[in-house]
Amino acid sequence: MKVLTILNYQWKDLVRGKWIFGYALIYLLITDALIRFGGAGPKALLSISNVMLLLIPLVSMIYGALYLYQSREFTELLLAQPLNRKMLFWGLYGGLAIPLSAAFILGTLLPMLYNGMFFGEQVISILLLLGLGLILTLLFTGIGFWMGLAFFEDRIKGLGFALVGWLFLAVLYDGLVLLAIFVLGDYPIEKPMLALTMLNPIDLARIIVLLEFDISALMGYTGAVFNRFFGSFYGMITAIFSMLIWLALPLIGATRRFRKMDF
Amino acid sequence: MIELRGLNKNFGRLTVLDDLNLEIPSGQATGIVGPNGSGKTTMIKSILGLVKPTEGEVFINGELVNDQWEYRDRIGYMPQVARYPENMTVEELFQFIKNIRGDKPSAEEELIKHFGLESELKKRMRTLSGGNRQKVGAVLSMMFSPDILIFDEPTAGLDPRSSVQFKKKVRELKEAGKSIMLTTHIMSEIEELADYLIFIVEGKIKYHGPMAELLKEHKAQRLEGAVAKMMEEEAA
Repeated sequence: MKVLTILNYQWKDLVRGKWIFGYALIYLLITDALIRFGGAGPKALLSISNVMLLLIPLVSMIYGALYLYQSREFTELLLAQPLNRKMLFWGLYGGLAIPLSAAFILGTLLPMLYNGMFFGEQVISILLLLGLGLILTLLFTGIGFWMGLAFFEDRIKGLGFALVGWLFLAVLYDGLVLLAIFVLGDYPIEKPMLALTMLNPIDLARIIVLLEFDISALMGYTGAVFNRFFGSFYGMITAIFSMLIWLALPLIGATRRFRKMDF
Repeated sequence: MIELRGLNKNFGRLTVLDDLNLEIPSGQATGIVGPNGSGKTTMIKSILGLVKPTEGEVFINGELVNDQWEYRDRIGYMPQVARYPENMTVEELFQFIKNIRGDKPSAEEELIKHFGLESELKKRMRTLSGGNRQKVGAVLSMMFSPDILIFDEPTAGLDPRSSVQFKKKVRELKEAGKSIMLTTHIMSEIEELADYLIFIVEGKIKYHGPMAELLKEHKAQRLEGAVAKMMEEEAA
């Protein structure tokens, strides 16, 4: 009940900020444009997932931290009330993670619906894509919260680390993996590379996309290794399972931190 | 009754509360004084569970409340710096807190009238002056008529008229038998509102007892003189 009261307020506040509609609109426009130019085939889906893999982590993580700073007064007010800290945490988290997920899903799904793309053979692929986006949103909002809580008194640091974290996971990580392959190419490094891939949730998501669309040419080194090592089916299962572990980590870390914090 | 047992709080290397032991019986009005940074606010926040003590226990009416939350139902708290969600109107804020508290009967209307907040109800918290924000905080702390009221420098920022209104309300609550804790740097306020005094320096309680005794002990007429003397003795 109390969680609903909190969620209700948070959502009203988000709606008042109008920002969340802009976020949904971005997906709507991109998806619409990609379908218009690329046709309603797997190509469009692949392009959409590429956009999603970059945009979702960035927005979720930055806004996760930012949102925590913005809700500071709200948090302090509620902490003095007869409320469980755990309940308050999930209220705050749901207040952001649910609208962000909804914005992504609606923004992407709507153009697919009115272009008739959803009712083809690709339903499974589309659902997988939306599910991945959902997990990425929840996961990176959690990381953003964690960063925000870790640097609660220092916004610049919190946002800075969120931004650098995104840059590292989304852009630099692949470069570093390639560099490692280049330097250590003479050694049997397949298994360590596999482990490296599992350490990055964005990479994992990318591999799931590539396995689903079965585009070995685009799979890259880690994707190819993954495919060879596990095969398509088990590769997918392993990747999804690792993703879920990844989802739990920041949430456990953030709730722990929130429960022990001084305000 | 509020009871603190061996309360310690460290912020990194800094010790803010140093083995604090305290018993405040129900129905007592207690003033807490001490130099800046002596740990008054940290002590209050530990009672509320806003600050998690490094060590030690807090009991409310004989019940251990560390890491509990239900007990806050019986406490009204007015923070030192009143910060509220900026986009909410005053009216929405009151309604929101009422929902959170489970729509319990509240004396909200009477309090709004008492503090003269009627004209501010439709305004957003962001546009409110500091003094009016304080008043909103006062209403929030009192509206569910809790047994324990904790005020952290309540009159700082209030104009003389509002300050008088606030004190009048606190006296009413005192007569109704509520436990009241308040910190302030204005000694006359403690003389007016409290019977007991806690003097706290560097996280330790240096004096806890009836105010009259303190005055006798220091052969002072006014509290201000007695407390100033204590602070000087501490500094020496």
